[in-house]
Amino acid sequence: MTSNNGISRRNLLVGATAIGAAVQLATVLPATAEAAMAPVVDVSTLERVKVELVAPPFVHTHEQVATGGPKIVEFTMVIEEKVHEVDEDGTTIWAMTFNGSVPGPLMVVHEGDYVELTLINPDTNLMAHNIDFHAATGALGGAQLTEVNPGEKAVLRFKATKTGAFVYHCAPSGMVPWHVTAGMNGAIMVLPREGLNDGKGNALGYDRVYYVGEQDFYVPKDADGNYITYESIGDGYADTLEVMRTLKPSHVVFNGKVGALTGENAMTAAVGERVLVVHSQANRDTRPHLIGGHGDFVWPGGKFGNQPDVGLETWFVAGGAAGVALYTFLQPGIYAYVNHNLIEAFELGAAGHFKVTGEWDDDLMTGVMAPSPI
Amino acid sequence: MLALPRPWTAIANSMALPAGLLLVGVVLVGLQLNLPDITGRSAAMAGPAIVTLAPADFIYRPDGSFVREGNAIDAPLLKTRLPAPLTIMQFQVGDADYARCVTQGACAPAAPQNVGQGDIPVTGVNYEDAIRYAGWLSRQTGQTWTLPTDREWAFAAGANRPDEALGVDDSANPALRWLADYELEAKRKTASGRMPLPLGSFGTNEHGVADIAGNVWEWTQTCHRRVQVDAAGVILTETPACSIRVLDGQHRAPMSVFVRDAKSGGCSVGTPPANFGFRLVRRPSWTEQLRTMLHI
Repeated sequence: MTSNNGISRRNLLVGATAIGAAVQLATVLPATAEAAMAPVVDVSTLERVKVELVAPPFVHTHEQVATGGPKIVEFTMVIEEKVHEVDEDGTTIWAMTFNGSVPGPLMVVHEGDYVELTLINPDTNLMAHNIDFHAATGALGGAQLTEVNPGEKAVLRFKATKTGAFVYHCAPSGMVPWHVTAGMNGAIMVLPREGLNDGKGNALGYDRVYYVGEQDFYVPKDADGNYITYESIGDGYADTLEVMRTLKPSHVVFNGKVGALTGENAMTAAVGERVLVVHSQANRDTRPHLIGGHGDFVWPGGKFGNQPDVGLETWFVAGGAAGVALYTFLQPGIYAYVNHNLIEAFELGAAGHFKVTGEWDDDLMTGVMAPSPI
Repeated sequence: MLALPRPWTAIANSMALPAGLLLVGVVLVGLQLNLPDITGRSAAMAGPAIVTLAPADFIYRPDGSFVREGNAIDAPLLKTRLPAPLTIMQFQVGDADYARCVTQGACAPAAPQNVGQGDIPVTGVNYEDAIRYAGWLSRQTGQTWTLPTDREWAFAAGANRPDEALGVDDSANPALRWLADYELEAKRKTASGRMPLPLGSFGTNEHGVADIAGNVWEWTQTCHRRVQVDAAGVILTETPACSIRVLDGQHRAPMSVFVRDAKSGGCSVGTPPANFGFRLVRRPSWTEQLRTMLHI
């Protein structure tokens, strides 16, 4: 198997580096050398679990607090190049997708687990693809070990050593931004084994989790100002690149399409429920905001080793990162969840909705006088 | 004045009957002779296809935001009557018709968001555009064309008129109405395409009026208003806001007069109308009204 060869090669390299370091620095920094020589885990002894991924904004079932020791968590993703509608006017692009969705599915594991991904590039696709996990260490995030041509597959295993939500994306040589802005990105969340906490020793749980993947698209227009539809995925490349270089997206959307998280697809919750929202943007800065609510505990950088910010109104998620926010809904009604650059939210598409059921709390808010003549 | 042999009122009374008879006589002769000024016909351009609706009773939920004791409620169902015949365009104003007004410098160019193909209705027009077109068409035809009122539109819409009642009036939990409204709008959103289709594509209703509640909403002349009612439903105050007019279609949409294309999102979480267009009603001339009265 490719994967076994790949992994053993990596282990050998790690070992060689460690020995070299030990020889050169043993007398100076023994502690560092010892750390580098941490015992290699015999992965063949680890329990294996297989995860069925689900399309965003939903997230596959998972434990918040890990039971037992580290496991090998197996995922499979099929790459799909496809015509994809980006707005309600029928504007389409040729999307490149992990598992058919924009963004790709959210993967959840625990710190110390091994992520083992089978990446399949069917021969119906035209291009080579790979995957760069920001959560992984080495080989350009795994991209160098996973470059698969149409008709190939590869298996990558990496150890989840850092906790937090991380972006993953396709990163083929010479075409990285095109693949990423064609939808080929997603996120993985590595939970602490004991679950989330507030940084002061108190555990934080959640009743629901949603994954919002924000995406900027750069759709070319013809001379009349109409968006162009291309016959095949390659046809639009040059035009799209030209629009990309303007840094002015034609669309900024949540979950692949204007309105993907509104109306019948709005996210739901009930008063009193603790809702975790993982928000990724693989290419461009964003600033999530919940209109009518807050972020109770927010990891803007998405990394759980840091103490969460509390009581935020808006939080900044840097391009190429995933932020995480936890909020307990206190009032029923409709909430808008937006990128609070409101032009991007309402003109370009970066808005979703929550429908929240439950009892109204007059103490928190009361209409003292309904709109009346002055 | 003092020199008059009899008080002026007596003179007026004595002249009223003969004058009235003379007027009726003139009208009757004019009708016999088919004079244009009397019959309302004109040598100018032929008017658009019309449908004339006979006066009738109907039940309707009036426009406006109704508030009872500080809480939003459904507007009450009213039994009302169309008092006089209503002459309304069978189709919405066409893109080509509107373009003629633009060519002649009387109308501002339309700015459609969704550009359809063929003999489509004009879209991407605001309230002021519709008013200008009505003025132009009136001059062209020698007739009087205006936007309908919301009530007239509702009558012409007939069975195609949706009932917008949410049926949720809970003063303790305002969110129930917001959620119900959201669900209603979410259903609408999935049901309708946004691209304007050729005139007649959405069929005709029982009155013969075409394309009611398709995917082009229609401006009316009715001002948006807030109506406060008491527990018994009696109107306490009514506050019109005429910079906002009622746009009718699959649902009512109060819209600022300058807007040509609606968007939703954020604080207003609803589903906006797909396209803005209009159709006009023809107001009868005084001679027509007289003929109607005299059953000629």
